[in-house]
Amino acid sequence: MTRTEKRTVDGMRIFFTGVGGQGTLLATQITGEAALQEGLPVSMSEIHGMAQRGGVVESSIVVGDLWSPTISDGDADVMVAFEPLEGLRALPKCHAGTIALVNKTPIVPFTVAVGQGIYPPVEEIVQSIARVLERVVTLDATAMAREAGNEKATNIVMIGVLAGLALLPVSRDSWIRAIKSVLPSRLHDLNLKAFEQGFREGTAAAKAA
Amino acid sequence: MQSLLRAKSDGKQFLLGNEAIVRGALEANVRFVAAYPGTPSSEIIDRFFEIGEASGVYVEYSVNEKVSVETACAAAISGLRSLCSMKHVGLNVAADAFMTLAYVGVKAGMVIVSADDPSLHSSQNEQDNRYYAKMANVPMLEPATPQEAKDMTAAGLELSERHRIPCLLRTTTRVNHCRGVVSLGDLPSVVPKAEFVKDPFNLVVVPMVGRKLRLALLRKLAELQEASENSPFNRVAGTGKWGIVTSGVASLYARDAVKELGIESRVSILKLGFTNPLPRRRIQGFLKGMEKVLVVEELEPFLEEAVRGIAQEAGISAVIAGKGDHLIPRAFELDTAKVKRAVSGFFGVPYQPPTLLEVPDLPARPPNLCPGCPHRATYYSVKKVFGEDAVYPTDIGCYTLGLLPPLNMADFLICMGSSISTAGGFSKVLDRPVVAFIGDSTFFHGGIPGLVNAVTHRHNLLLVILDNGTTAMTGHQPHPGVEITAEGVKEPAVKLEDVVRGCGVQRVRVVNPLQVKKTEEVLKELREAMKEGGVSVLISKSPCPLFERRMLKKKQKVVFQVVESCNLCKECLTSFGCPAFVWEKGSDREERVRINEALCNGCGVCSQLCSSIKPKRIEA
Repeated sequence: MTRTEKRTVDGMRIFFTGVGGQGTLLATQITGEAALQEGLPVSMSEIHGMAQRGGVVESSIVVGDLWSPTISDGDADVMVAFEPLEGLRALPKCHAGTIALVNKTPIVPFTVAVGQGIYPPVEEIVQSIARVLERVVTLDATAMAREAGNEKATNIVMIGVLAGLALLPVSRDSWIRAIKSVLPSRLHDLNLKAFEQGFREGTAAAKAA
Repeated sequence: MQSLLRAKSDGKQFLLGNEAIVRGALEANVRFVAAYPGTPSSEIIDRFFEIGEASGVYVEYSVNEKVSVETACAAAISGLRSLCSMKHVGLNVAADAFMTLAYVGVKAGMVIVSADDPSLHSSQNEQDNRYYAKMANVPMLEPATPQEAKDMTAAGLELSERHRIPCLLRTTTRVNHCRGVVSLGDLPSVVPKAEFVKDPFNLVVVPMVGRKLRLALLRKLAELQEASENSPFNRVAGTGKWGIVTSGVASLYARDAVKELGIESRVSILKLGFTNPLPRRRIQGFLKGMEKVLVVEELEPFLEEAVRGIAQEAGISAVIAGKGDHLIPRAFELDTAKVKRAVSGFFGVPYQPPTLLEVPDLPARPPNLCPGCPHRATYYSVKKVFGEDAVYPTDIGCYTLGLLPPLNMADFLICMGSSISTAGGFSKVLDRPVVAFIGDSTFFHGGIPGLVNAVTHRHNLLLVILDNGTTAMTGHQPHPGVEITAEGVKEPAVKLEDVVRGCGVQRVRVVNPLQVKKTEEVLKELREAMKEGGVSVLISKSPCPLFERRMLKKKQKVVFQVVESCNLCKECLTSFGCPAFVWEKGSDREERVRINEALCNGCGVCSQLCSSIKPKRIEA
């Protein structure tokens, strides 16, 4: 298999990256639950600990006939970046055939905030990613989540896009069941709205491809 | 209902390895669970704590790992199945109890989980605790997936009970923090009754008893050898004259590597799950007939050395490789790519590693003390009063992040509780002020003996106890000095100040670090008093804001902002460094310091440092 070939579900590796507090792990878990709802073999890996204090949070989902829950460098078939700079940082996880979903709202690292570094312009970040990957879907998931009722639902908008792109053989119903099974019922309405926003965006992007 | 308590008919769940351990223990009728939290093991005790009442299992957050093993073994010796969980370095703390408990043994099953952390994701070292099982002569099981974590927890309790010896369940971060599909089993309905039968000549380890138990332990080990030889957790997959011997999560990387290299028909994989005592005859049987054997394991060459020994005994001349030949790295976690490289190199199979995409230099995103964290305020004031010359031994918790700039308030650290004892050593040999930092939970865990030692030997030091009312780093677990509960703020049963005084400390002061001026005054007094020698303690007390907000649902009333009088001295950035501060400059923006209102927690410390920072009420 060449590196530009897209993996089918007999082995798909999805890499998630974001900043502590963005709900990266929750979104990853929902993705895994959705695969379970569909009866697919799935495993997830997450990292806890010091990264939660505003650091980078990375996690992964592996679906299909694969045993390792982690993703080696160069092996991610899909990258979901909750923050643009972290999407760029995670490029070594990707290969030329990777499809990336990138949220365009930056979270400025503390080092930049105190003047120790420069945050590259978001458009430049997106271009750098688009130059080397097969396909990049960008959106302002944070703004869409705000529209749905709360910025904190950014993560759910992002998995809505992933669902809409239909890269995984998981039905919309299974995604919704997964969201409902992971989140407490008082948060269902808001998050399902956020999911729908993302789902529409993802479906449109899939058609445009 | 808690999902972990659902009936078997609920089918499959997508469980974290740690949750699978909880479920496995519940299915095997565990009745007593004790632990001190530590990444990557914390979710085990946290989930048990959540379901404790509903499940009827006694659950406690013990003061440290040694205490957890000692407490839980009493249940196991009284006929109730018990479980302890800890991170790898926790077993160092518990080692004293663990080694002799292996002699004394148990009546009901007891599993001790050791969660090792290859790659040091959140630890101070990467030790391989498989050697503890070997050293203690206890059985060890090593799961690779959440399903195995569940199965082996239950099997470990059975095994422990059958052989009357505690069982070590050795996991790694990738097992604890991996989520996978797990099939549920039935939950038991019968609750056994605890019963203690006095038997001092087997339960009280004076030398004559210990000698007898030592021989009994070796007999148990021989029985366990047979159990290992026949264990279904040790099994061979695939066929072929090229062999791989592996265990734990490394076995998953090995399977994927063999598959992706397209050599499944040529490679046999011996996947070991029961790894102490090792199934020597099975390994020998596997090695016979092999042309070449690669041992794939994380961390130390634990299996590799045994495999070489077994081959030598049997006169097997197959080439055996692993760490010794640098094929499999000894440091950090493995992954499929690393194993693919090793497998292809060793067996001579073509493999083209992917060309990795390059990334320019990007600004780092290091972890940080949260906005409003009282530790930052304490560090700021101590640094102001004691300066750069003082030596600052520190300890394990969120506050260890004080090592980062601009605070730079951590000079030495080895393990839980070491701040105070190393401070004592520094104070004896250096002619510089010594100020040690320790968190409240860590103080109860391992700090008290060090404090007693310092008082006894009249070490000249200041111990600052950073009391935020919780065990913050691992996820806000309670400890003896906790006073915040969902019902509100309560008096703790064990008061930090009383304990410190009880240890013989005469100079004890308590401050709220968010009151900067008062804190600095007290620190100056203490600095003066230290000239008389001896131990001083400052309890710097203010709740963890994340925890307080979560537990008490406290609403924030103000945010702070930088007003026009700001002279751009940047002192707030260079010496305080709250993450809510932003330095802005550029062609389209004037130079200024701004406070990000979304991040500002309203603690008000910055406004005490600079007259250009003012509060602004949040409109309800």
